[in-house]
Amino acid sequence: MTLTGPAQAARDIGGAGVAPAIEGRSPLRLAWARLRRDPVAVGSATVLVLLAAMALAAPAIAHAVGHGPDDQYHDVGLTTAGLPVGPSHRFLLGTDNLGRDILVRVAYGARISLLVGVAATLLATVAGVVVGLVAGYLGGVVDLVLARTMDVVLSFPYLLFAIALVSVFHPSLAISIFVIAFFSWAAMGRIVRGQTLSIREKEYIEAAWSVGSGTLRVMFVEVLPNLVAPVIVLATLLVPTAIVFEATLSFLGLGVAPPTPTWGGMLSDSLSFYRVAWWFPLFPGLALLATTLAFNLLGDSVRDALNPGG
Amino acid sequence: MAVRASGGGVLLELVDVVKHFPIHQGLFPGRRADRVHAVDGVSLQVRRGETLGLVGETGCGKSTLARCATRLQTLTSGRVILDGHDISTLSRRELRPFRRELQMVFQDPYGSLNPRRRVGSIIGDPLTVHQAAGGPARKRQVQELMELVGLNPEHYNRFPAEFSGGQRQRIGVARALALHPKLIVCDEPVSALDVSIRAQIINLLADLQRELDLTYLFISHDLSVVRQVSDRVAVMYLGKLVEVAPVAELYRRPRHPYVNALLSAVPVPDPDRADRRERIILSGDVPSPVHPPRGCRFHPRCPKARRRCVDEEPALVPRGGDGAEHPTACHFPVEAGEDLVHAHPTIDQPDREPPTDLRRVARSIR
Repeated sequence: MTLTGPAQAARDIGGAGVAPAIEGRSPLRLAWARLRRDPVAVGSATVLVLLAAMALAAPAIAHAVGHGPDDQYHDVGLTTAGLPVGPSHRFLLGTDNLGRDILVRVAYGARISLLVGVAATLLATVAGVVVGLVAGYLGGVVDLVLARTMDVVLSFPYLLFAIALVSVFHPSLAISIFVIAFFSWAAMGRIVRGQTLSIREKEYIEAAWSVGSGTLRVMFVEVLPNLVAPVIVLATLLVPTAIVFEATLSFLGLGVAPPTPTWGGMLSDSLSFYRVAWWFPLFPGLALLATTLAFNLLGDSVRDALNPGG
Repeated sequence: MAVRASGGGVLLELVDVVKHFPIHQGLFPGRRADRVHAVDGVSLQVRRGETLGLVGETGCGKSTLARCATRLQTLTSGRVILDGHDISTLSRRELRPFRRELQMVFQDPYGSLNPRRRVGSIIGDPLTVHQAAGGPARKRQVQELMELVGLNPEHYNRFPAEFSGGQRQRIGVARALALHPKLIVCDEPVSALDVSIRAQIINLLADLQRELDLTYLFISHDLSVVRQVSDRVAVMYLGKLVEVAPVAELYRRPRHPYVNALLSAVPVPDPDRADRRERIILSGDVPSPVHPPRGCRFHPRCPKARRRCVDEEPALVPRGGDGAEHPTACHFPVEAGEDLVHAHPTIDQPDREPPTDLRRVARSIR
């Protein structure tokens, strides 16, 4: 199929007879370039990388200072009255009510927080995308059922339900992740459903039908790539919510069982001591604040990068 | 496009195609109050190798007719026969083999290309879906197609946003060509483009038709574009065809009063001639397709309307004694030399408003 004459001429006039291009820059790659120029994004990403490094290096930190996360130092870690000791050269961030090193416990707590935050968000994202895509795309009765289900999940008094669920299945890391994902997927599902409803009406969907694409192909090849941007933004914003949720569960004693260090559990333990030991609630609280703030700021930056001018 | 010998049989036949859209009112489904009569009984034949132009004002149902012909819509009733096969009630899956023969070029070069997919995979989509080619063969074919429609094959990996409107429409044409279809339905392929780009796309379509033995159903609201590309022209008004004729005949001697009015409103590039020419002024607006007028749908606006036009719906048949006439759906077709400008209806036209300047209408539909 080669054509000379008029079509060639048409190409010379209207065709892109410019310098050969190597590779088109995808919308996501352009967003990535914008993100890298955003100081807020770079700053919060740096904080998150440091937190992740701290979580990964928790055993190394424990080794360096010579205190295990669950080691209790009743002699040097507590005052004669049995109260926590403040920051010193021996315990850089002080100790808790059982004479354990807060620095080491905060580092270990980062593991739980990040693991739960990321795992729960991944689960919620996969579930939300699939349900939202199916509901929005297929419409009709399927949509009616799925959309109402999401509404019901969103209208649960989630903390009460979480407490009930966790107390039925004994508290554990897996239960925490599952419970948090269960209360997060509906938010993702709603966003995805709404986007799908609008994308479904685009002419390129009709064009896909006209070349003979099947339902699954249209859903996953035509619709799904257009959902990437809103899904990334929402997922980034779901992580801090999940981390706070996990901290809340731990604070209430429904998260990961003690003595495993978690930020929420440490905050809970510090409740009776904050008047005499300011360092006890401060450092886990700061860690929690830094993590959620960094994720939220990063999420905002990602949204701005994906919707320039929007 | 060159007028070619008609004949060689009918490639696509529409028989009494009807498409109504129910209007749902209120919260509860099932209470369908009204229906939009988008296409209301259209019969049409597209002959092998020809370009059939379909014109009409915005909202007359021509895009819906295109989607019925390509079976992107389900029909309310009627039949679509493609190359001898009745495809009017096939499911999407059953339609797939027929997609090889029947492709479509869409109106909006921005909306019809997925912004998140690379051009190469968009053009190669038909090949993938029909398992016609994969891997390096697919890439080669896509690049040949890009070359064929005047795109740089090197731009295979680019995204639609990196192309201009005219180039995007070329991408749409390449996608439609990928499976070597016999018939391409072009739904206003140039109306979203700059005037300077239109000619390029029209010439491209003409070249491809010659080269690849294509048949076009070419939809447009632009009378001059249709005149340029078509062998035959069908004119649509409010969901029905009012006149079908070879292009030269239609433009030389239109029989239906509506077509006369439309053609008299086409802007003339010469201001002196434009001033001398008398335009036929239609009264009122196009009636709502929810409650179309009974009898002839044009009767509330027709300068020649009589009693019979309200009572009896005119069929699309050849009028006049000699039988060689082209079909028109009018009881009282316009005769040669007849003065429509000063004609008056002999019935009350209830919603006769201050006369609409058709030049304004023509401008708005161009």
